[in-house]
Amino acid sequence: MSQTAKTFPRVSLSNPLVNNLIRYLLMILLALLLFGIILLVTGKDPIQSYRDIFSATLGSTYGFSEVLLAMIPMLLTALAVALPARVGLINVGGEGQVYIGAAFATWGALAFQNKPAWILLPLMTLLGMIGGALWAFVPGYLKSIGLVNETIATLLMNSIAPKIVGFLIFGFWHSPMDTVKTDNFVSAARLPTFFDTRVHLGFVFALVLLALFWFIMKYTRWGLEMRAIGGNAQAARRNGIPLKGYLVTVMCIGGAIAGLAGMAQVSGFYGVLLLNFSMGLGFMGFLICWLAGGDPIGIFLMSFVVAVITTGGNLLQLTQGLPYAVINILLALALFVVLASPRFFEGKKA
Amino acid sequence: MPNPQNQTPMIALRGVTKRFPMTLANDHIDLDIFGSEIHALLGENGAGKSTLMKILFGFYRADAGEIQLNGKSITIRSPRDAHEYRIGMVFQDLNLIPAFSVAENIALFLPDLKAVLKPQEIDERINEVSKQYGLEVNPRALVSQLSIGEQQKVEILKLLLSNARLLILDEPTRVLAPHEVEALFGVLDNLRKDGYAIVLITHKLKEVLECADRITVLRGGRVAGSLLRAEATEEKLVALMFEKELSGLKIAEPKRDEMSTPVLELRGVETYVEGAGMSLKGINLQIRPGEIVGVAGVSGNGQKELCDVVLGMELCVRGEKYLFGKNLTNRPVGAMRKNGVSFIPENPLAMASVPFMTVLENMALTQTWRYARNGGFAMDWGVVKADIQQTAKRLEFPVNFYTIAKSLSGGNLQRMVILREMTHDPRLIVASYLTRGLDVQSALAARQALIQAREGGAGVLLVSEDLEELFTLSDRLLVLYGGRIVGEFKPPETDIYQVGHLMTGSKVEHVANG
Repeated sequence: MSQTAKTFPRVSLSNPLVNNLIRYLLMILLALLLFGIILLVTGKDPIQSYRDIFSATLGSTYGFSEVLLAMIPMLLTALAVALPARVGLINVGGEGQVYIGAAFATWGALAFQNKPAWILLPLMTLLGMIGGALWAFVPGYLKSIGLVNETIATLLMNSIAPKIVGFLIFGFWHSPMDTVKTDNFVSAARLPTFFDTRVHLGFVFALVLLALFWFIMKYTRWGLEMRAIGGNAQAARRNGIPLKGYLVTVMCIGGAIAGLAGMAQVSGFYGVLLLNFSMGLGFMGFLICWLAGGDPIGIFLMSFVVAVITTGGNLLQLTQGLPYAVINILLALALFVVLASPRFFEGKKA
Repeated sequence: MPNPQNQTPMIALRGVTKRFPMTLANDHIDLDIFGSEIHALLGENGAGKSTLMKILFGFYRADAGEIQLNGKSITIRSPRDAHEYRIGMVFQDLNLIPAFSVAENIALFLPDLKAVLKPQEIDERINEVSKQYGLEVNPRALVSQLSIGEQQKVEILKLLLSNARLLILDEPTRVLAPHEVEALFGVLDNLRKDGYAIVLITHKLKEVLECADRITVLRGGRVAGSLLRAEATEEKLVALMFEKELSGLKIAEPKRDEMSTPVLELRGVETYVEGAGMSLKGINLQIRPGEIVGVAGVSGNGQKELCDVVLGMELCVRGEKYLFGKNLTNRPVGAMRKNGVSFIPENPLAMASVPFMTVLENMALTQTWRYARNGGFAMDWGVVKADIQQTAKRLEFPVNFYTIAKSLSGGNLQRMVILREMTHDPRLIVASYLTRGLDVQSALAARQALIQAREGGAGVLLVSEDLEELFTLSDRLLVLYGGRIVGEFKPPETDIYQVGHLMTGSKVEHVANG
């Protein structure tokens, strides 16, 4: 059936995995091919570049762990888009929710730094999620009373959040040595890492949430009701499903997940709250979610691919002397190919 | 006046076949359409009537077969080609631009439209044709201000002025009040006398026998038979449409206690609707257990709002709503559903179903709380199935649980919704255009289901444009006009014409009060 292709990007969970895999592989291949041409034009050796990317990421345990590390915020921010998308909400506000979540978590880390880790970490996690949820509540509520479109509201609020974080850092939290960041967190406020890598507990959070998302959507009453709202809001309401409640709640949960991403970044990755630390994580999540069609397995795979590209791109700057921005070209190509693909595959299957 | 058999038909279809994924919509159909003739295309839902005519109008392309115009083979690739061959079609949902005037709408279709418009000239041409055929409309009026009947006139005028000789009308009477139907048939009669060929797609037997010269019955994508009017009887046509004989409605005299607490009571309900809707004004309404209250009215006079108020979609700005004596004014839809309110809307695709879900999932949507297990972490699909199957057996509706709702035809979707809403012994059923899109057999089953529910003591609010249906089913009949109840009758005390006039807002000498 061509049904699946038409519903893109809300690909159903029952989609055959193989189908998706082939699609993603072809997408990546095409993107790599196009990027190779660009490399050729600039006089670089594409084969060597790809070899460098590979060896820096998948070729060693350390490289691989760096990829997993880069995946953590991507998984979470993508999920923060995927969940609201199921009820038809377009959450472009991941970026802002990441900032506010990080700010709340940082407050916890700074205010209770003499507490032991088993109190401090759950507290920071909770605070991060509350922060993100509050930031998402505003557009969610405005949408539910039919006042403001959530896409616009979340997008615009993205530029407010970093300013608030800046205000907090400059005004209250900055370390004596440096005005653009806080003091380093105490070790009790750092998420534990695995083995000798930098991969931290956030990875487990992300995987658990992803699995939970899949389970809830597929098997539970709430998943059914959310899919009904996403599929036909009017019919869902006439069938007695509380639309407004869902819109606000789901938006808040999405925000909470993005807030958790912010918490994971400051507590697990940086160990400090930096000005402008996110650098587009929220938008990256949005991109990944759309590339994956909102499908949990797809989100995992796409996050992996994007993490390989960005991690490898760091190395490409050194070995090939390419500006980092070139990596964005590769990502943009990937997006381009994906946006074109439904048509392509629809034609093939019909 | 039937044509002599030796005359060449204006349009002849030969072996037209059209296959859609999963269904064979038209299977080697032969059809002759003559000038000066009204040709009725009769058949139940999904018999292939509309598909066939859409092929003729260039909307679809046939997989096989040929179309002949006056004996010469032609190819119709698009509605534009159809215009060239002077074929015109009026669709079920009229296709006018509401913000344009009548003249502007018609001008868009004039084959000889000049670069600079001369409104005066266009108006004159419209007036000339409209007088000739009794299609009077004001060319300067905005389409958005016209009634459905008038809009239909404009559609026909549009075709006439674009020189069409063959007019295809897809269920034209569906949206008309009885006296409007008569007027339409008068118009068609005039057109026939002037040599036009008219194809009337319908599933109403009565109309067919009233106005058609030649009747072709389609069944399951094939021609089941073609009759001249003289040969046709209601029984013959029914036999052709359905293989098995239809049983009539079984209506037992309901036992009703006039004094019992009403299922539903509206006291002075008013709503406020922004934009295109119609606000309700001062609605007082009582439905007793075991009573079917019919609501007649031309659509857009507050029916949708009335249903929505009862369901809880629309807020009462004034007045109160009681369900079994319990004040449930402005409670959310979920609360009304839990209190046993069922709702069959006029548009099952947009208002009752989630297109990309399976039928089974759709079936659970109104009662998710009932089927949730482990505090919501699992759904008991087995019980959903069992419940629905039980109702399906009672109504004799087929049900396929694993089809995607979107792929169902309009009639099947309506059946799905009726099935769902009749399960769980509803105490109040709000049914809006219950039988719209259903073929005769399913319509009968749906009505029978309402009667069963009434016998079980449920109250029913039945909104319909089909007056015959309202007169057969209702215990009490209300007429809604301009958001107010303008008449209340017991069906035996009134007739279709009185109600029809009230529906269209015209005055009647006396109003019988039931």
